[in-house]
This record gives sequence, structure tokens and C-alpha cells, in this order.
Amino acid sequence: MVSSIYMDYSSTTPVDPAVAEAMYPFFSEKYGNPSSLYTKGREAKKAIEEARQEVADLIGARKEEVFFTGSGTESDNLAIKGTAYKNRKKGNHIITSSIEHHAVLNTCKFLEIQGFDVTYLPVSREGLINQDDVENAITGKTILISIMHANNEIGTIQPVREIGKLAKDMGITFHSDAVQTAGKIPLNVDELNVDLLSMSAHKMYGPKGVGALYIRKGIHLEPLLHGGGHERNMRPGTENVPGIVGFGKAAELAKKHLPDEEKLVILRDSLIKGILEIEDSYLNGHATKRLPNNANFRFSFIEGESMILILDMKGVAASTGSACSSASLEPSHVLSALGLKPEEAHGSLRLTLGIGNTQEDVDYVVSVLPGIVGKLRMMSPLAR
Amino acid sequence: MTDGYSEKVMEHFANPRNVGEIKDADGIGKVGNPTCGDLMWIYIKVKDNRLEDIKFKTFGCGAAIATSSMITELARGMTIEEALEITRKDVADALDGLPPVKMHCSNLAADGLHAAIKDYLEKSGKK
Repeated sequence: MVSSIYMDYSSTTPVDPAVAEAMYPFFSEKYGNPSSLYTKGREAKKAIEEARQEVADLIGARKEEVFFTGSGTESDNLAIKGTAYKNRKKGNHIITSSIEHHAVLNTCKFLEIQGFDVTYLPVSREGLINQDDVENAITGKTILISIMHANNEIGTIQPVREIGKLAKDMGITFHSDAVQTAGKIPLNVDELNVDLLSMSAHKMYGPKGVGALYIRKGIHLEPLLHGGGHERNMRPGTENVPGIVGFGKAAELAKKHLPDEEKLVILRDSLIKGILEIEDSYLNGHATKRLPNNANFRFSFIEGESMILILDMKGVAASTGSACSSASLEPSHVLSALGLKPEEAHGSLRLTLGIGNTQEDVDYVVSVLPGIVGKLRMMSPLAR
Repeated sequence: MTDGYSEKVMEHFANPRNVGEIKDADGIGKVGNPTCGDLMWIYIKVKDNRLEDIKFKTFGCGAAIATSSMITELARGMTIEEALEITRKDVADALDGLPPVKMHCSNLAADGLHAAIKDYLEKSGKK
């Protein structure tokens, strides 16, 4: 193995050593239950509330509007099902997009079985949602609009602020899955006009197993779980204290690191420029309205899993939207929604950067990829 | 993905045997579908009822490429009758197994070989 380059930061990130250090005492030393009244319990409770403040500060929210969950997926489920169940008498219509994360899409599909109507909006070739489509989809029965802030595969950043304004004017609850943007680009819940916002710690150098849902004051949800009243009844279950403390530390650091995250644009564009030199290669997603750390390509005549396997042999960790790399054996719904044919979607490669990456990493990937693509094309009956 | 790929699969994937076309092939088998992500073309050259040469071109995942490579090794030198008896399971077994999810979609090599033999038999008027 010549190299070890991680370019899959949108899948997960390493826990920052400072985050791990902050978490550590809460396993065996400060192990109290935050619901307990004695000193050990109070110190855990205090740590959770400090973490809540840090997460609130990251998104411009008030502390009491942040609720900790077990993951980004759980936050999406709570936002969507919680709104749907609470507003059943008002209406049964939900608007979302065809490129949402499965945590949103499959939650909506589940609600369809229970009698809710869901509109899945199309996207442009670049992966953008048209706000006129949102407006036209609204009916008297619409109770929720859920549009992701940025897409996890192709990195396209949606006009969330404008869609949020529309929802606000119509009095419809607006949720945004910000798992890929919180800690990556500046984010303010008031500017974005969101009522509900999902986040995940492990996408921003925090631990896995902890997420958060921002719930605007005055928005009411039906909880998914019922129990002992934790998180003000919104998410009962003894708090994951070390995880929450880690999330708080990660949010604090993310605020400081935002300029570094935004500087990833330079590396990203260098990567895109270098890789598009390869014949019959294309960029998926929008040229400018995209996450600073996301590059997603497709290469004609070859399949993504094979690319990932050879990249791995060369020490590069990356991902693909090819069916062959998923348990479902379906090509990525996001790439399909862009209008790509299945064989085009199969040839996709996602490289997502993080603050650990350097120009040398980019140069290395740009230097090895033409050989990998060439080798697979030599084998491919589709290649010219 | 690599989860469940044996060392043998990875070895054949990294160093595939008999890649390419046979220009004056006696039979060509084309199986799979690029829509599903796997497409396999097998070329054979037959002499005295034996597979004298066999090559492949494959678009697909690691399992698709490894099974293509493996079948060329298994079938080379066999009689037509012997080659027709190679099953999908034989190919998977020779690779020390495939992940369950890959058994159906990417394990097309035996089908490709049989299609190439069928093509040869039809072209040569033996069927």
C-alpha cells in the first residue's frame, strides 16, 4: 500500500482528538444519569446543556430549540412523522424532492402507506429543485415541506431560504435535512426560514450515534418514542451523555473550522479540473451551487464498484452510486433523478474532501485515476 | 462491496486472466445488461472439439470481472461437452465463494460461456 488517503468525508469523518478527549471522562468517571438529583447527575445534566448551547450557536438557534436524537436518520423521522401525526386533522399532504436521503424518502413512503399523500418534486439536470414547482405543488392539505439543504451524493445546495420563505408565507411547516451542511457551510435557521432542521455529529468530526433536531419554538411534533420525559418528552430514553458532549465539542470546533471547510473549494476545484482531463468523464451536480467538499464524476463505459476497489488498492477511500455497491442493487436514485441512464449512474465516483486532505492528496488521486479508468475500459465491451 | 469478497476474487479482479477479444472467434456469448450494471462478452476458439482459446470483455463490478477471469481458466482446454457442464456454482466455488448479493447479478460467466458455445454450435452447423 503506497498511500492512505481518505476522500469519503460525506460518509463519515474521524472524531477530532479534542472531541474524543472531551467525551472520555463521561464514560467511567462522570457517569451519572442526568436525571439524578445528586452531584454526579447534575454534572452530567450540566454537560448536556452546555453541549446543547454549542449546537444551538452553530445554527443560530436558541438552546431550548435543540433536541438530541440518536442519528440524522432519527432526526428526519422525528421531523416528518412527528409533523404528520400531529397535523393529521389539518391535512395529509407532504412535499419533498426526489433526491432526498433515504431517511426522508423512506419515511415519506412509510407515511403513504398510512394514508398520507406525498409529492416528490423533480430536479434539474444539475440537481436543483425549482421553487415554482414547490409553489405549484402546495394544496390546501399540505402540512409539511421537506427539502434537504445540500445533497449527500452530488453536493447540490438547494434554494432552501426561498423555499422556506414560501412555506412561511403559506403557514406550512418547513423541514430541512442539513446533515451535509451543518458545520460545513454557514447556517442560520432564521435566515433559512426553517422550522425543523436535522443534524448529525459524525459528519462534523463528532461521534457516531448522536444527532439533533432543531424545532422552532411554537412548532409541535408528536414524539416517536414514549417514556420517561427526557428531551422534554420529545425523545425519551436516558441521554447518550458522552455522545452529546462530543457533539457539543464538535459543534464548537466546527464554528472555528468553517473558514477551513470553505477553503476546501480550492482543493475541490483542483480535483475537478484534474479529473475532467480524462476522456469521456463528466461532473455530476451543479458547477457552483455545490458543497465546498464534494466532487462527483461519471466515467463512460465502466462501473463504479470496480473503480472503488482499485482506488482502495491504491490507498484511496471513495464511494460510488453504482447499484453494484449497494445492497438494493438499484443505481442511485439521485443520479437517476438527474436524468442519467442506469449505465451512466453505474459509472459514478464520489470524492468528498475534509480538513485532513491536502493538495498532495488531490495530485495523487488525479495521477492514479486515468490508469484505473483506462484499465477498466480495456476490459469493457462498451468502450470504443 | 469488498465485504465478503474472498482473497481469490480480489486476486482475479486485480490480475484478470485472458482479457480481450478473439478477432476470428468461433463463438461469441453476450450476456447481462448494462442497465443492471453487468455486461459480459465471452469469445471462444475451438479446435478438435476443445476450447483452444477463450477471452472476455466485461463491464461490471469486482465479482463480474473475477468470475469472467475464472471461467476462462476453468474452461480453457476442455471439450465442448465438459465446458457445457460448468455451472454458476462451479465458478463461485472456484473463487472460494461470492457474497450472496452477487450470486445472481454478477455471476454470469457460466451463462456467457454457454452462450458462446451455443453460438459456435449454430455457426458450425452442429446444432
